[in-house]
Amino acid sequence: MTNNKRFGIIFYALFVLLPIYWLINMSFKSNEEILGTFSLWPQQFTLANYQVIFTDPSWYNGYLNSVYYVVLNSIITLVVALPAAYAFSRYKFIGDKHLFFWLLSNRMAPPAVFLLPFFQLYSSVGLFDTHIAVALAHCLFSVPLAVWILEGFMSAVPREIDETAYIDGYSFPHFFIRIFLPLISSGIGVTVFFSFMFSWVELLLARTLTSVDAKPIAAIMTRTIGASGVDWGVLAAAGVLTIIPGILVIYFVRNHVAKGFALGRV
Amino acid sequence: MNKVQNNKAWFLVLPVFLLVAFSAIVPLMTVVNYSVQDIFDQNNAYFVGVEWYKEILNDPRLQDSLARQFMFSFTVLLIEVPLGIAVALMMPTRGWTASLTLIVLALPLLIPWNVVGTIWQIFARGDIGLLGYVINALGIDYNYTNNPIDAWATVLLMDVWHWTSLIALLCYSGLRAIPDAYYQAARIDRASSWSIFKFIQLPKLKGVLIIGILLRFMDSFMIYTEPFVLTGGGPGNSTTFLSQTLTKMAIGQFDIGPAAAFSIIYFLIVLLVSWLFFTTITHLDKDKTKEQSYD
Repeated sequence: MTNNKRFGIIFYALFVLLPIYWLINMSFKSNEEILGTFSLWPQQFTLANYQVIFTDPSWYNGYLNSVYYVVLNSIITLVVALPAAYAFSRYKFIGDKHLFFWLLSNRMAPPAVFLLPFFQLYSSVGLFDTHIAVALAHCLFSVPLAVWILEGFMSAVPREIDETAYIDGYSFPHFFIRIFLPLISSGIGVTVFFSFMFSWVELLLARTLTSVDAKPIAAIMTRTIGASGVDWGVLAAAGVLTIIPGILVIYFVRNHVAKGFALGRV
Repeated sequence: MNKVQNNKAWFLVLPVFLLVAFSAIVPLMTVVNYSVQDIFDQNNAYFVGVEWYKEILNDPRLQDSLARQFMFSFTVLLIEVPLGIAVALMMPTRGWTASLTLIVLALPLLIPWNVVGTIWQIFARGDIGLLGYVINALGIDYNYTNNPIDAWATVLLMDVWHWTSLIALLCYSGLRAIPDAYYQAARIDRASSWSIFKFIQLPKLKGVLIIGILLRFMDSFMIYTEPFVLTGGGPGNSTTFLSQTLTKMAIGQFDIGPAAAFSIIYFLIVLLVSWLFFTTITHLDKDKTKEQSYD
């Protein structure tokens, strides 16, 4: 039984890793080699594809733009979602349930629906082609999820802790920052993970709301498809580089992931 | 938990409310506004009522892509949910292998969606991709760019690769929350591994599975980037799903009125199916607890 399990999980892991390996493999080949010979690993190992990306500002600025709006999105999400999640987990107030479901229903809106109005809205307030526009647009999806996750983690903290702190003379902000936040630190980690994840992987809105200054790396990658065909090597190298931030994030939160995917509710 | 009634809590929720209202209500109202008007330019707009809705509901573009969309979403759920549960059951529970499996499984979730498309575009090509090369070498004629069935299979395989991990990780965290005492009791009763799964693990997984199925349904129903990069919706229109039909209409052809009506219908379908699923599940649950209380 356990041997079967081990065999099964190794098989599945291979299924996950093989396409990624193929991308890495191609990123170290020259275009002639990619199109000319079929080989399981690079015959003439080259870093030329990566060199193209690291020496051309329009390429590496794409990465900086993406990182910039993703970080911005995570910060905004956390700042607005923390007090809201606290309110939902501790108080009853007029319309609380309706508000909660309305927030979640935004997660169900297809981005394609919001494409055109977003474009017009952000153009009319002068935010088009800025990092903050993309960060705000992504908040539509990350904030509801963040409130949901944080509410789960906060509800697991007993009320008595709040009350004891007030009796001891703590003010609300003092209590919230010094005592409460450390108690739900793993929840905060997981929230950051999720807002990072959804903002980093999204392309449709990010591409629509930017043109030059804030263009994300994912949109710049389409440049490799030119008149003379596709520049496979550079495309693969750019793809490999977009995977690295994800690996870093998952590495830092790996101990919270099991708990975090249960959204604090199990 | 007993909560305190306090309407001042609204002040804590206000920032979220304003932020989401700015990026949700304003655009949504714009879409509703477009969907009932015929707009020539900024000064010439006429109220046309439900005209666009009638037109779009009879439009074969919507009907065809809606049918494809439902087929895609249900196939994806049928494959990913059982496979995800199976993977979660196989995952090691402690030691370095557990961390390693977690990281490997989470990898596809953190890759930008267009890169997912690119990875499979390369991987499945007959000339330079491992998968396409191997399948062709086995003597099966496979080409996802001009055979609709191959294209469908590739898109499905890509989605399974991309998202099964989400179900697996959700179930994995659900399984970790089952106390050891349950398994000990089962061992004393000499329960088979099938009945352990059916009577202990599956019921405990229900909460995370509801979240997982809802997320997967919603996201697969909104899929755009991956098939757009992989197949471009083709060959023909065989892998053009709802989002792509909509963007083509709104951005490509500037049919703003019909596109807006399309958007509203699209959003309503997602809401309706999610709501139906959710209420059915919670209702079944209520009936079951009622039955048990009669016993």
